[in-house]
Amino acid sequence: MRVNVTVNGVAHSVDHVWALESLLDFLRERVGLRGTKNACEQGECGSCSVYVDGVLVCSCLVAAVQVEGRSVVTVEGLDSGGGMHPVQQAFLDAGAVQCGFCTPGMVVAAHCLLADNPDPDDLTVREELSGNLCRCTGYQKILDAVHLAAERTGAAP
Amino acid sequence: MTVIETPTRITTPSVVDGVGASATRPDGVPKVDGSFIYSSDEYHDGSLWGVTLRSPHPRARILAIDTSQAEGIDGVRCVLTHRDVPGSKTYGMKVYDEPVLAFDEVRYQGEPVAVVAASHPEIARRACELIVVDYEELVPNTDPEMSLTGRVDGLFGGGLARHVRIRHGDVGAARALADVVVEGRYEMGTQDPAFLGPESGLAVPLGDGGVELYVSCQNLHLDQQQVADCLGLPLDKVRLVLSGVGGAFGGKEDLNVHIHACMLALRTGRPVRMVYSREESFFGHVHRHPAIADIELGATRDGRLLFTKVRLVLDGGAYTSTSQVVIANGCYFAAGAYDVANVEIDGFATYTNNPPCGAMRGFGAVQSCYAIESAMDRLAAALEMHPLELRMRNAIGEGDMLPTGQPVDGPAPVQEILAYLRDLPLPAGVDHGTADMRARPGGVGNVTRGEGIRRGVGYALGMKAIGFSGGMDDTCTARVTVWIRDGEPVAEVYCAGPELGQGVVTLEAQIARTELGVRTVELRDKDTDIAESGASSASRQSWMTAGAVAGACGLVRDEILARGARALGRPAGELTLDGPEIRDPAGHPLVPVAEVLGPEAVSHAFTYRHRPTEPVDDERGQGNAHVAFAYAAHRAVVDVDVELGLVKVVEMATAQDVGKAMNPAGVEGQIEGGTVQGLGLAVMEELQITDGRVRNPSFTDYLIPTMLDVPPMPMKIFEFPHPDSPYGLNGVGEPPNLSSTPAILNALRDATGLELPRAPVRPSDLITEPPDGRAEPE
Repeated sequence: MRVNVTVNGVAHSVDHVWALESLLDFLRERVGLRGTKNACEQGECGSCSVYVDGVLVCSCLVAAVQVEGRSVVTVEGLDSGGGMHPVQQAFLDAGAVQCGFCTPGMVVAAHCLLADNPDPDDLTVREELSGNLCRCTGYQKILDAVHLAAERTGAAP
Repeated sequence: MTVIETPTRITTPSVVDGVGASATRPDGVPKVDGSFIYSSDEYHDGSLWGVTLRSPHPRARILAIDTSQAEGIDGVRCVLTHRDVPGSKTYGMKVYDEPVLAFDEVRYQGEPVAVVAASHPEIARRACELIVVDYEELVPNTDPEMSLTGRVDGLFGGGLARHVRIRHGDVGAARALADVVVEGRYEMGTQDPAFLGPESGLAVPLGDGGVELYVSCQNLHLDQQQVADCLGLPLDKVRLVLSGVGGAFGGKEDLNVHIHACMLALRTGRPVRMVYSREESFFGHVHRHPAIADIELGATRDGRLLFTKVRLVLDGGAYTSTSQVVIANGCYFAAGAYDVANVEIDGFATYTNNPPCGAMRGFGAVQSCYAIESAMDRLAAALEMHPLELRMRNAIGEGDMLPTGQPVDGPAPVQEILAYLRDLPLPAGVDHGTADMRARPGGVGNVTRGEGIRRGVGYALGMKAIGFSGGMDDTCTARVTVWIRDGEPVAEVYCAGPELGQGVVTLEAQIARTELGVRTVELRDKDTDIAESGASSASRQSWMTAGAVAGACGLVRDEILARGARALGRPAGELTLDGPEIRDPAGHPLVPVAEVLGPEAVSHAFTYRHRPTEPVDDERGQGNAHVAFAYAAHRAVVDVDVELGLVKVVEMATAQDVGKAMNPAGVEGQIEGGTVQGLGLAVMEELQITDGRVRNPSFTDYLIPTMLDVPPMPMKIFEFPHPDSPYGLNGVGEPPNLSSTPAILNALRDATGLELPRAPVRPSDLITEPPDGRAEPE
């Protein structure tokens, strides 16, 4: 079937989409955006986190056909200017990246967290990002990165 | 405490982001913006997908394989079995015993039997379902104790892979002098590396009959050798390129998609992509050996260790992988970081029909550290002595003799490490009646308001060797090239040492900046066109790569200065290189490097070797086997709900000597990550295996720590420079993985008073009190 969707502001019309194809596979294999990662296929690890109409989802748990007519934002589209979003810059500066496989999903989830709560405390960050697994960092520098991004964006009063 | 300044060979103190700085990663921008290419992202026009058919049985005879139905499906390009393996039918890191595709027999659940190439992965998966394998199921051998007999039918070596014996002093005589003797058995379940980036790769057939493989792995050259042998090709027809590695932790030392993808590509003449699902990944890589350790310790009344006796059994599962070195490493450090004169250690690695195990982070030393540190707390209790005091009284120091007869050389600041943990204030208690529920055991399950919660504090100390031990001639080669671009010198570093996430690429760039003063460093892709770098394992890659890159930089610098000396008519010894300028001893610029080099590039390769080691002898396990040693310790604070068996790790404090923090943020990240993998092994992570079958191959059922499971981790990094390493650095990656787990176990024992002889601890192990108003279960 055909799926019409806007991804990172660009309209796509894709034919021959399988009925059970995931949004994750659709983004990676049909749209060619491979920044969104597949690490568990079960919604446990958050590596495939994207926005659908502004809602944070695990794209492995959403069927591609469900995004018909909707707008998807991936890690590649976080900064509308095509550069680095402050959350991405903070992950880099805080040393929150090692192997980096969790990073795209983690960055999207952190972006969502800060949009909802510009100045979260430690426990809130830990709870809100507990759906995003990281095996390398022990999470401390990810926590630091979220606080750094919050501080820099100055959204907090 | 004195932290000694590190002597370095820095020639250009003005350098930015050189050695010792928390420089950001050269691959950092693409990793945060999503453009970094991991092996699962590799793509090639016209590529096919490869999928593996695996055995559902832990042990079975293969009577026949019929691929005809699968081959008949539209979109399927080929189906290959063992008959199609062109070269060696088996491969392995140490011993070629693991079949590329099973023949005659399968020896573990998940063993590869056939591979399919098709136009779409779903078509390939459906084709796999149509391959008919006629199995005669056999009873799997899954008890490592049985394998110790060495007489189990159907297992390699009758079940025994290696027996390591270490004999030092006279345990019998020491036992007679001991005031206190304690004995204990400690078990550890099977941990999975659980890297997030799955095994994957892209094989591209070349016109000359060769193949190019883009893959994530820990040792390009060892993999190249095995792939070439199994493809029946000379080495120069098999080129490996390191693709983005999404973590490894020892789980990508053994081959995964490599040979299969190359076979499919060579057979079809098309590029082939393979990517394991998470479920397949649990079957597609080695795990941490499960362990059973029996320990006997004897001490004087005042807490002086007199003897240590250990029997350690590690089950390696169906194939050898690295079991021989894992059991050796487990035995070398089974007596812990303690000065003890009389030691008997017997270590056994077994074969069974359980999933294959290999060299996961800390390999063997994780298991033996957990056991000895558990036993030390038992001894402290028997002596009525504080566990930290017992450790400080017996801590190993420089010049002390290891059980293998090697004197400890290099810094051994164990007292300093333990003193930091002793002096660090404990975290405040939590008023669970009013505290945020997320800070309590059970978290947002909101299952307690403080009733039944007990706090515990536990300590553990760990020690292991850095680098390859036992006489291995271990080398690492790097090439550094400098040329002029837009009037500025640019350095390119080329070294095959795999970047797994640990940050060796960051160090490569930092070292080039420090040694050459250049501002711009480019890193060439890592591949097999340069000589080998060895594995990113055994906490060795930073040390080895630093030696190679610094050595190559030195040769380049010497040549640039020699050319400058000729141009200036001055002795080269008077000149220094500072980025774009050659300067005199007072720092005045004499001539631009651009003028000296002109359009020519200066390029040198350097092969680094660490000091030689020797194997230990078979009878008594004695020998100077190790390059260097590293030490770390943890103090864990836990809250336990003893009614529900739920745990909240409140804090994990740690101290470690790293020699030289080449990149402090990177060092902290290694220590934090290793600590958390140890936390997972203490309270949540276990591959559950029944009769050789894995029951929880998913992230839904195999739980690794989330951000909410992880506590604050106060840390002290000591920098006692190592005397014979580049920049004084020491290996960093594995030590934090050793002491983390037993520190938590000891804290749980402190909280509950239970023996807790098994890790990971399950909720049912921790329940000490029946809920109010209910009778104690019988």
